[in-house]
Amino acid sequence: MTTTSTPTPTARAAAATADYLDQRTGIGVAVKTFARKIFPDHWSFLLGEIALYSFVTLLISGVFLTMFFVPSMAETTYHGPWASLNGVEMSQAFSSTLRLSFEVRGGLLMRQVHHWAALIFMASIVTHMMRVFFTGAFRKPRELNWVVGFTLMILGLLAGFSGYSLPDDVLSGNGLRITDGVVKAIPIIGSYMSYFIFGGEFPGNDLIPRLFTVHILLVPALILALIGLHLLFVVLHKHTQYPGSGRSDKNVVGFPLFPIYVAKAGGYFFVVFGVIALMAATMTINPVWNYGPYDPSPVSAGAQPDWYMLFLEGSLRLMPGQAEVMLGQYTLSLNVIIPAMIVPGVLFTLLAAYPFIEAFATGDNREHHVLDRPRNRPFRTAFGVSLLVAFFILVLAGSNDLIATHFHLSINDITWVFRFLLFLGPWAAFVITKRICLGLQRKDRELVLHGHETGRIVRFASGEYIEVHKPLDAHERWLRVQHDAVRPVEIEPAEDSRGVRRKGYRTDRLRQRISQVFYEDRVEPVTPSELEAAHHAHGGHDEIGSHDHGHEPAQVGGGQHLVEPDGETGPDARNH
Amino acid sequence: MKALAARRHDRRAPVVLLLLALLLTGGLYAVLAPTSAKAESSVASADDVKAGEKLFQANCATCHGPSAAGTASAPSLIGVGAAAVDFQVGTGRMPMQMNGPQAQVKPAQFDDEQISQLAAFVASLGAGPAIPTDDQVDPSKGDPATGMALFRTNCAMCHNAVGAGGALSRGKFAPNLWETSPRHLYEAMLTGPQSMPVFNDANITSEEKRDIIAFIDEQGNVSPGGLDLGSIGPVSEGLWAWVVGLGLLIGAAVWIGAKSS
Ligand code: HEC
Ligand code: HEC
Ligand code: HEM
Repeated sequence: MTTTSTPTPTARAAAATADYLDQRTGIGVAVKTFARKIFPDHWSFLLGEIALYSFVTLLISGVFLTMFFVPSMAETTYHGPWASLNGVEMSQAFSSTLRLSFEVRGGLLMRQVHHWAALIFMASIVTHMMRVFFTGAFRKPRELNWVVGFTLMILGLLAGFSGYSLPDDVLSGNGLRITDGVVKAIPIIGSYMSYFIFGGEFPGNDLIPRLFTVHILLVPALILALIGLHLLFVVLHKHTQYPGSGRSDKNVVGFPLFPIYVAKAGGYFFVVFGVIALMAATMTINPVWNYGPYDPSPVSAGAQPDWYMLFLEGSLRLMPGQAEVMLGQYTLSLNVIIPAMIVPGVLFTLLAAYPFIEAFATGDNREHHVLDRPRNRPFRTAFGVSLLVAFFILVLAGSNDLIATHFHLSINDITWVFRFLLFLGPWAAFVITKRICLGLQRKDRELVLHGHETGRIVRFASGEYIEVHKPLDAHERWLRVQHDAVRPVEIEPAEDSRGVRRKGYRTDRLRQRISQVFYEDRVEPVTPSELEAAHHAHGGHDEIGSHDHGHEPAQVGGGQHLVEPDGETGPDARNH
Repeated sequence: MKALAARRHDRRAPVVLLLLALLLTGGLYAVLAPTSAKAESSVASADDVKAGEKLFQANCATCHGPSAAGTASAPSLIGVGAAAVDFQVGTGRMPMQMNGPQAQVKPAQFDDEQISQLAAFVASLGAGPAIPTDDQVDPSKGDPATGMALFRTNCAMCHNAVGAGGALSRGKFAPNLWETSPRHLYEAMLTGPQSMPVFNDANITSEEKRDIIAFIDEQGNVSPGGLDLGSIGPVSEGLWAWVVGLGLLIGAAVWIGAKSS
């Protein structure tokens, strides 16, 4: 480890310390293997890091806030620099938030750092999740890590919600009031649950201290532990990589973790922290002094939750109130149960279970380390886009009053439009996205078979005109032909050769049906024989039909492509 | 009395000047203008009423009827009082020009003298709320903390917590109050324009109205946390988090990624 020719005193001290540690913990081996770990390089792989770093920022600023925040609902009278609250009765939680904002040095900046970091944390989690989803990074062996990630997202929501409710201002109280309503809407046990959570009738005196424990202890500890597990999985599985020449399911092309990736990632921490600090220093967030202390009677216009909860608000706003039904003397509040539990339940279950549903439909249990280009999985891409569209429409519906005032529209019309859009939007998004994906795949086929158009027209002696096409180079071609041809699964017949009903046939039937939904419409990648044929056809300008709808090319089974890039472009050339 | 009232009317400078004067002269102002509201309504000159009637016939009668008793297209103005006219015409809502969910604010169509003449005419038709005195609307004399509490229980559900405005049903909306003059604030509460409820003195006393004015006066001036992003709450914060925050961060990520290859 120590081979420097003329070590400075500091270097010697460092080496000695390292040596001391190594002899007692054997950490040297771990550090070495870890430092040599290869990480592929792409901007979208930094999205998870934004989440990580904004979480670190949250921890740092949160520790500062806990030093001054008083998690108590005891009444007190405010006396301080904010004139329009002077002499007003409020909880200690609220008055300590005001003190943090106006009297503690740097307190307002820290509050704003903490809140902006929370918004960015959730935003980066969602974009990171989108990256993982659309590239198929959740496929075997990473399904479990997807579930870990999904749990992290839910915990993030919980952290955001519990934090939002702590200052005890009107907005946070409104949010809690809605929560109370939702809990009470649960059949039979609802009202007991509400009393249990709030320690009596809403708002009670216990909630803020309870939320405080949840917010600063329980949820962060869980998030921290799961982030550890999440990153451990990333290291164990190795990171995925985008397709390209020289990249396969058996290698990782990129830079060693140390020093390049560490420098980049470490530098990126400061970028993330810097952007959050910049926002916190210049843009107000959650000005609780405007909202005033919580009191159950007032609700102000523009009362909305933070953006990541807005879809729930939208779901509630869209639901027609008539859905409440009476069963004898009991009320079944479907008008709350459907929007506040069933809608998010469906969205989240689909998300959490997607990797398993897709694996079932694909009948695929190979390991995947090369990512998909989204166009090559039209169903998945279209499905993801339609979930996003549904989410986005709910978010807009949660902002319907602001849309009404800013665009001078009628809030009633907007609400009706969104009610229909919630069903039509995702469907239209699905159809359109799938079309676009198939179109892009066809374009890829065209390119591979015919090459780039050059715009150069040549006239033959016979009088025939052709446009000269420039063939793709090996890298370009590989990118477009490397993916598997995924087809609907074939199943064995219901009865075996002796006419006995086969066990597991029903599951297989189901698998086949789902698989057909997933993969019926498709464009096959170019096979070597097709490429051969295209090369033989002069100049490659002829139309060669693309194979939609079950047209089977000669080659059977996905995953074999013979058009490997040649040696000059092999892994070694790029792996420096 | 007559001379005094006339002088008062003359001194009623444009809204902006009034605000500036309030800011500059503060307490001095209060000493100079101690007239009460009662004095106001009873002493419009007969000339004012005459001139007002002329203006009314020319500009308002098509909708409100020649005797201001109302028509199918507009309500009766008998008994709405000088305050309603001063508010509706002073904020440019009247004479109404465009059909829509609610009367739109536009630049005032009449000068101060004409407005006071119109007000005098409508006030002469039947007793109604009078135009408040400068003392009644002086924000420096109100208590913003009481105003905040009153505003939160009576106004915030329509006008947003700090008066930034909000949506009502079918395209109607409660406007932003930050640019509204103290007098118009008072008159709006007193007369309840269009879909806004009336807050008479039994509901919210004259002093409480002044507290509310003091609270609104504080808004939009100081924003301790930096840019206020429109003061419309978490939706605009979320939008900025995505556009500025995530925008910059992804930009940086692409830049870092590009550096390698
Ligand atoms: C184009 C038709 C039209 C014209 C012209 C018009 N108004 Fe109006 N005015 C209305 C309508 C309609 C309303 C009721 C608005 C509502 O309640 O939404 C109204 C309401 C009012 C009110 C409020 C009444 C109340 O109950 O508080 C006053 C005061 C008023 N108008 C004064 C005037 C004056 C003064 C003029 C002339 C300068 C004028 N209007 C010209 C249509 C008109
Ligand atoms: C039911 C909802 C509602 C409530 C409650 C309400 N307002 Fe209004 N307010 C409105 C509407 C709607 C308008 C617009 C009327 C129009 O433009 O014709 C308005 C207009 C105003 C205006 C005129 C603004 C301008 O610049 O022209 C003021 C001032 C005002 N309100 C103050 C208040 C105050 C103060 C309170 C509480 C005491 C209050 N409002 C309560 C709905 C409301
Ligand atoms: C607290 C929130 C989270 C943090 C801090 C975090 C962090 C990270 C980091 C740093 C990586 C490696 C770099 C990258 O690919 O971006 C990663 C990979 C991954 N994350 Fe997350 N993540 C979080 C949430 C999620 C969520 C919500 C999901 C999906 C449900 C998810 C699924 C994955 C998967 C499957 C990988 C492996 C990707 C691959 O190897 O290509 N993560 N995560």
